[in-house]
Amino acid sequence: MTGMWTLFKKEILRFWKVSFQTVAAPVITALLYLLIFSHVLASHVQVYEGVTYTAFLIPGLMMMSLLQNAFANSSSSLIQSKVMGNIVFLLLTPLSYWQFFLAFLLAAIIRGLVVGASVWLVALFFVDLPVAQPILILAFAVLGGGLLGTLGIIAGIWAEKFDQMAAFQNFIIMPLSFLSGVFYSIHSLPPFWQKVSHLNPFFYMIDGFRHGFFGQGDIAPEISLTVVGVSFLALSWITLRLLKSGYKLRG
Amino acid sequence: MTPAIQIDQVHKSFGAFEALRGIDLTIAQGEFFALLGPNGAGKSTLINLLAGLLRPTSGRLSVMGHDVVNDYQSARRLLGVVPQELVFDPFFNVREMLRFQAGYFGLGKENDAWVDEIIESLGLTDKAYTNMRQLSGGMKRRALIAQALAHKPPVVVLDEPTAGVDVELRQMLWEFIKRLNREGHTIILTTHYLEEAETLCSRVAMLKQGKVVALDSTHNLLNRVPGKNLRLRLAASSLPASLTPLLRSQDDEHCTFALPEVAQIEFVLSELRNADIKVEDMELIEVDLEDVFMEIVRQ
Repeated sequence: MTGMWTLFKKEILRFWKVSFQTVAAPVITALLYLLIFSHVLASHVQVYEGVTYTAFLIPGLMMMSLLQNAFANSSSSLIQSKVMGNIVFLLLTPLSYWQFFLAFLLAAIIRGLVVGASVWLVALFFVDLPVAQPILILAFAVLGGGLLGTLGIIAGIWAEKFDQMAAFQNFIIMPLSFLSGVFYSIHSLPPFWQKVSHLNPFFYMIDGFRHGFFGQGDIAPEISLTVVGVSFLALSWITLRLLKSGYKLRG
Repeated sequence: MTPAIQIDQVHKSFGAFEALRGIDLTIAQGEFFALLGPNGAGKSTLINLLAGLLRPTSGRLSVMGHDVVNDYQSARRLLGVVPQELVFDPFFNVREMLRFQAGYFGLGKENDAWVDEIIESLGLTDKAYTNMRQLSGGMKRRALIAQALAHKPPVVVLDEPTAGVDVELRQMLWEFIKRLNREGHTIILTTHYLEEAETLCSRVAMLKQGKVVALDSTHNLLNRVPGKNLRLRLAASSLPASLTPLLRSQDDEHCTFALPEVAQIEFVLSELRNADIKVEDMELIEVDLEDVFMEIVRQ
């Protein structure tokens, strides 16, 4: 346990030491989205009855920041230590693949939660946000952070260069998060794109998370929770298989 | 007594390339052992297999009786490896790094005294709170060695620990490693500086193309190549053709001849006299590990 705890602590300290870049920067980005989109669209769009567009936007931005940062934490730590070569210090230790996985996963969830909560705190200055089902909010936040943290570990194991990691981020994570209903309800989309949105796991994370605040969403939260939970378990299984086999880590 | 390292019939292939071809090696506890060989001989591959960074294609390796694959957790606890490359984590200072490293091995605050001891022994006290990124090359090398020792392993493997290190630091590192050996740690090292292996190590294995081509005590290996080396400073740079087979090396000032028998000095001198080449200085040198190495690699 000490070994896993040490790795977890190191992963937390790693992002905390550069918190200006890992926490403050994503909060500022989310705020800029909030200011721009709410200013431009607030008077034109009302998604749910009795909910302003600015309020609607906040949970989406919180979740998007949470997901992107959970992914960034595990993926950047792994790719950096692979490129720098200092991953060897982890590979020489008696840490099991389970301990390795859990330490990276938990640190990624924590970073996601810290960023998500910071966006919330700052957004409270702009709008009063209801909290309908706090348990649901927490469940989606933890599962979403876990899902992306796991995906980050996979990307970190797979990528050998920074540009491969950037490709993963720019061609998979960014489009999936932007096209998930952060800025709109998918009911406002044409039927074809609504169907496409249902294939995007990010949609379920955002919609379920938002449901926790407003008590309403595009889809039943049970379905979202199932999709997110199953995706998380499936990706965790893949990650554990990769780590156990030593894929790209041990020759 | 359980050997520190036991390697049985280890093969390692990378695709069609066979890096190790049936290595058998036993290293006793407390030995100061050298692993020598030209580049590409398989030294680093063997170390990486011991450390679990690579997996053997076939064969068994164990550290203090613990299999490095099936019982990897026990094996890794007993082994400290100093990697060849100067790698470091740019986020932390020296003390933080060492504490983390010990923590990965399950050690907590009770190990802090040992961490402080290695920081002091390696001359890192002034740099204990300096970020790894800001250390000079020499200091990074010390930190790298400290990291391998953070969990106080009984078996320490050093892969080219003095590559690119200045003379003063090299001396300091060897004194430290000798002390570790005296305190009971088994030391295994690879080095390009053969004189280091000669003075420090009691036993040597030479690897060539993935095979152990010599395994003996340093003393026996040195006796393997008979004769001496004759080092001459000559007034002319061109030599009579009859001496070329004996010539081992030549630079601007000196010619060194490998003489299987000391009596051959007479032959060399007479040939030089016949060619009217004046001998300005002369020195008779004992055979060193480099001669043995060259001889074995040539075979």
